Amino acid sequence: MHPAPSVIIFTTFSGLGFGLLFWLGIGAITPNGLMAFIWFTIAYLAAVGGLLASTFHLGRPERAIKAFRQWQTSWLSREGICAVATLLIMAIYGAGLVFFDTPLRPLGWIGALGALGTVFTTSMIYAQLKTVPRWRHWTTPALFLALSIGGGALLAGQVTEALVLLTLAGALQIYTWNTGDTRLAQSGTDMASATGLGHIGKVRAFEPPHTGTNYLMREFIHVVGRKHARVLRIIALGSGFVLPIVFLLLPFSHIWGGLALISHIAGVIVLRWLFFAQAEHVVGLYYGKR
Amino acid sequence: MTQLPKSTDKKLGLVIDLDTCVGCHACVISCKGWNTENYGAPLSDQNAYGADPSGTFLNRVHSYEVQPDQGTAQLIHFPKSCLHCEDAPCVTVCPTGASYKRVEDGIVLVNESDCIGCSLCAWACPYGARELDAKEGVMKKCTLCVDRIYNENLPVEDREPACVRTCPAGARHFGDLGDPDSEVSQLVADRGGFDLMPEQGTKPVNKYLPPRPKDVMPEYDVLAPFLEPVATTGTGFAHWLDKTLSALPGGSK
Ligand code: SF4
Ligand code: SF4
Ligand code: SF4
Repeated sequence: MHPAPSVIIFTTFSGLGFGLLFWLGIGAITPNGLMAFIWFTIAYLAAVGGLLASTFHLGRPERAIKAFRQWQTSWLSREGICAVATLLIMAIYGAGLVFFDTPLRPLGWIGALGALGTVFTTSMIYAQLKTVPRWRHWTTPALFLALSIGGGALLAGQVTEALVLLTLAGALQIYTWNTGDTRLAQSGTDMASATGLGHIGKVRAFEPPHTGTNYLMREFIHVVGRKHARVLRIIALGSGFVLPIVFLLLPFSHIWGGLALISHIAGVIVLRWLFFAQAEHVVGLYYGKR
Repeated sequence: MTQLPKSTDKKLGLVIDLDTCVGCHACVISCKGWNTENYGAPLSDQNAYGADPSGTFLNRVHSYEVQPDQGTAQLIHFPKSCLHCEDAPCVTVCPTGASYKRVEDGIVLVNESDCIGCSLCAWACPYGARELDAKEGVMKKCTLCVDRIYNENLPVEDREPACVRTCPAGARHFGDLGDPDSEVSQLVADRGGFDLMPEQGTKPVNKYLPPRPKDVMPEYDVLAPFLEPVATTGTGFAHWLDKTLSALPGGSK
């Protein structure tokens, strides 16, 4: 799949923003006044900024409002509704803290649940796709959730929780890569089933439909060299999990905390790039590619 | 509505004969022509006369080489457009309801004025049957020429999809695949029509007819009968001459 910057930025930052809203919602930190205003601004910048970035990959962003209608079948619709509902609820909860110094606890819990729901529905947009066997697996939502809450804990300064969750997310990421690499081959979809010509013999793409490229090839076929993928995976693991964990284990200071956060975000951007770039869409088989 | 209908009154679709298709791409061109000049946003081209031309097409013809275990490879031309699936995953993922499947004939369409161009439906289609138009920013797909097949302004013989009407080889057939007695259903039954990627569970309406097995020609030398000796035993002068000449050094036995 084409690793579009808008979607990478969207999943990385809105994941982080909703992760922070989760910790704020359950009351892990209960700031008030100006501090509350700063915390909520950070969370909303990340969450809303990410959501806005995602509209850049729309062909017709001015009609985005229409996307809330089909929650009965569409995960994208569900995600939009979850995101807006969570942002509204948490805005009220935040206003309670900023202006009245009153935590409206139940509202916070509902908001925290909504934040998890938003991340889950985002991940299901990918995990639902039978056409991308690498994504169609429980590890997709599990990893999105672990990264979001882990990153949120890091941002919220919840050191112990962040240590546990980042370790978990790192392990889950390694497991996801190991099992994901063979999932296309195991899916049973190959050139023989795509063309239905396998009973005659071995199928090879002889001529593509056009001399040039096209939307399908740009959107769905992206081949990362195996060597590069290995290096990038190591970079992502180091920057996303190992370094932040080391920084957190050092005697606490805001500098180490800040570095842990920056390193983690950079790592997540790399692994999101890999998430898209390494995902094989079955339509590539019609072009003799994977 | 992005909920799929439980069943449709008809299942209109195409049957494509991989045995007859000669790979001329005439169907590609007639499709592009009709769907640019008529219903919906035109199918745009980018840099059409430049070094890297690209454009939106609703029907594309691939060519595959198939190498059997024994014998020579076969070249098979393979037209591909929307298969108007019964369990169309492209419809259910759509957040706006722009994508829908019609109850009356099963045609899968996009309401372009509702489409936000999120591309998710193209991601969900295993066949690459949907393309986001780079100029209009909306999703384009085969409409089964819905603006031809019911169009009373057209002569009766033109009330079929443009690709079917134009195919010089008769490799494309249009009809109701939900009716077991229809010509297309009969064709599928007779020739063993099959689904593409059945394991994806989309239940495509369009069917493909497999290439017929190639004839096996026996090794055959056209001149051989004329060079065979006419008779091996004989009498008379000719036989004597034959025997005498054969007995000479270098004579043929
Ligand atoms: S072929 Fe693709 S676009 Fe057409 S109905 Fe099936 S899934 Fe949808
Ligand atoms: S691109 Fe258009 S038709 Fe396709 S899922 Fe998005 S809104 Fe629906
Ligand atoms: S017009 Fe007919 S013969 Fe030519 S490529 Fe299309 S299906 Fe094949």
